[in-house]
Amino acid sequence: MKVVAKQDSTPASAASRKLVSVLDLDGRADPEQDPRLELSLVKRIYEAMVRTHLIDARLMKLQRQGRIGFHVGCEGEEATVIASSAALREQDWIFPCYREVGGALYRGLPLQSYIDNMYGNSNDTAKGRQMPDHVTARSVHFASITAPIGTQITQAVGFAWAAKIKKQDLVTVTYFGDGATSSNDFHAGLNFAGVFQTPTLFLLRNNGWAISVPADHQTHSRCYADKGIAYGVPGVRCDGTDALAVYAVTRAALERAANGGGPTLIEFVSYRTGPHSSSDDPSAYRDTAETEEQAKRDPIKRLRRYLERQNAWSEADQTAVEERLQAELNACIERAEATAPPSIASMFEDVFEDMPAHLLEQQAECVNGPRTRKRH
Amino acid sequence: MTQMNMVSAVNDALRIAMQNDERVVLLGEDVGKLGGVFRATAGLHKEFGGDRVIDTPLSETGIIGTAIGMALNGLRPIPEIQFGDFIYPAVDQLINEAAKYRYRTGGDFVCPMVVRVPVGGGIRGGHYHSQTPETMFIHTAGLKVVCPSNPYDAKGLLLAAIRENDPVLFLEPKRVYRALKMDVPEGSYLVELSRAKVVREGEHVTLVAWGAMLLEAIAAAEEVKEQGIEAEVIDLRTLWPVDTETVVESVKKTGRMVIVHEAAKACGLGGEMVAQICEKAFTHLQAPPRRVTGWDTPFPYTLENEYLPLAHRIVPALTETARY
Repeated sequence: MKVVAKQDSTPASAASRKLVSVLDLDGRADPEQDPRLELSLVKRIYEAMVRTHLIDARLMKLQRQGRIGFHVGCEGEEATVIASSAALREQDWIFPCYREVGGALYRGLPLQSYIDNMYGNSNDTAKGRQMPDHVTARSVHFASITAPIGTQITQAVGFAWAAKIKKQDLVTVTYFGDGATSSNDFHAGLNFAGVFQTPTLFLLRNNGWAISVPADHQTHSRCYADKGIAYGVPGVRCDGTDALAVYAVTRAALERAANGGGPTLIEFVSYRTGPHSSSDDPSAYRDTAETEEQAKRDPIKRLRRYLERQNAWSEADQTAVEERLQAELNACIERAEATAPPSIASMFEDVFEDMPAHLLEQQAECVNGPRTRKRH
Repeated sequence: MTQMNMVSAVNDALRIAMQNDERVVLLGEDVGKLGGVFRATAGLHKEFGGDRVIDTPLSETGIIGTAIGMALNGLRPIPEIQFGDFIYPAVDQLINEAAKYRYRTGGDFVCPMVVRVPVGGGIRGGHYHSQTPETMFIHTAGLKVVCPSNPYDAKGLLLAAIRENDPVLFLEPKRVYRALKMDVPEGSYLVELSRAKVVREGEHVTLVAWGAMLLEAIAAAEEVKEQGIEAEVIDLRTLWPVDTETVVESVKKTGRMVIVHEAAKACGLGGEMVAQICEKAFTHLQAPPRRVTGWDTPFPYTLENEYLPLAHRIVPALTETARY
């Protein structure tokens, strides 16, 4: 597949700071920039974006109903997450932040597995040990979601570095938010990647807000993509609400990395239209007028308009997809809610490969001891 | 058999591991061409090349974070933190990431790596080159913590640690690095983790120590022998998961325990061992268990030999406990 994305790999050049975009707000593609993806691929990306959006809305409701403990979604960032994940090859690896579960689903993580994680039940692959949305999915090359900000960044570099040493053909991509650019591991990760030229893409979701802290309190740099300059890592700015631009820019950087061209920092400029998480109230720190203005960049609507312009999407298609996804989601939720919590004994497993004496002792004490009066 | 000090024993273990397993890579500050500031990796860069013995940028979180990534991709990284005092920038990666990968992923991912960390005082290093930051790692679920006291154990424990499928913090007491030589077998051998060793038998009081303080414990035991007190000295060797059983068996025999460590007293492993002895051997105790440790102050420069729990402080603790 031929993919074109104009990006200047000279970090300091002004051109590299242009915002790469393909679609206008009404889904018209700039012929100069259009990667001309096959419509079947665009439809797959679009459906996955719709799916992520529906899942987010539903999980937030379940949280409000007290049926799950927490949710962190990617409302407004669906194009950034899905289109970049779609640009990866099967052998590539994702080191996620916590808004990219949609990428794991796109790559084949069964929805049931995700919903079981949301409930922390006995079918959860993380055995109920993590908060909701802390997904692990080796089968789709999706490393474990981590809450400390930035720690996955150096790990992605190390994984790619090992691949280089082992002569494996793979690229690692790591996602993080704008706040993570202030973390130790962001700087260490970019520096190590620059020095050792690891095949790593740094996918920065600049959604405008690190919980309540806006860009002007996060950095004095001209833009986040500039931060690559100090490490000799090319930086690109891309409209993160434009799925076609996201795909093209990611794919170009991926091909460069896979061919020994080294790492790239991509700043996806989008907007978090929802709260930081189910625990957040954005009205305390930002104007609804700003959110309404930004919502005009709705990534889903733009891509739908693009498909409609190609006569590749209709209202009937939309209804059919939504109904199918809702039915699938309902079934998964029903099953997850009927599944028992993990066994008490399992709390002591996987601390080490073999259970040492003190944990065997504590396991027996806990299993045979008094039970909590609170529900699991 | 070859006469080796602890630095050459560590070096020998690393060479053997790298020869036998191509997944083993070393990384850290100055570990390559220089061979480490303590020369523990001397000659390995030349023998195995820059892809396996890697001089990294100066960032502990970068070293441990990338080592975790390497481990997730099937390598067996052995990162070196130049001094234990400089491990703190990597603590997030060690405690929240390396130690938790197996647990938080339900066993989907494992993180086998051995973090080598020179620790301890007695080398005129002051606050920033003398600390023994073992306690927080012992307290961290998911980490194994090892601390040899002699060249033979250092080699065997290190080779065993490299075979572990979990992260191991391998604390190397700087004070012992070149303090003594002993016969060390050539080739590979293992000293099992989580097995303490009774290094001196005695019937009057159990004396528990490890690392550099083991030598002081033995010296103190020899000193009180003149007063007719026979101390049973136990080298813990692995600090976590700790071999409680060996200590309990000894205390059941002696009825008395003194535990020595360089790390500060409050919440140290000594306190934990005292609690375990009280839980498991209370009715055998004939005297209050006693801790002889570093003080709860920062590590001092000029007065370091007053800070350290050397033989001069262990001896009165032994006699008082034995005669209680």
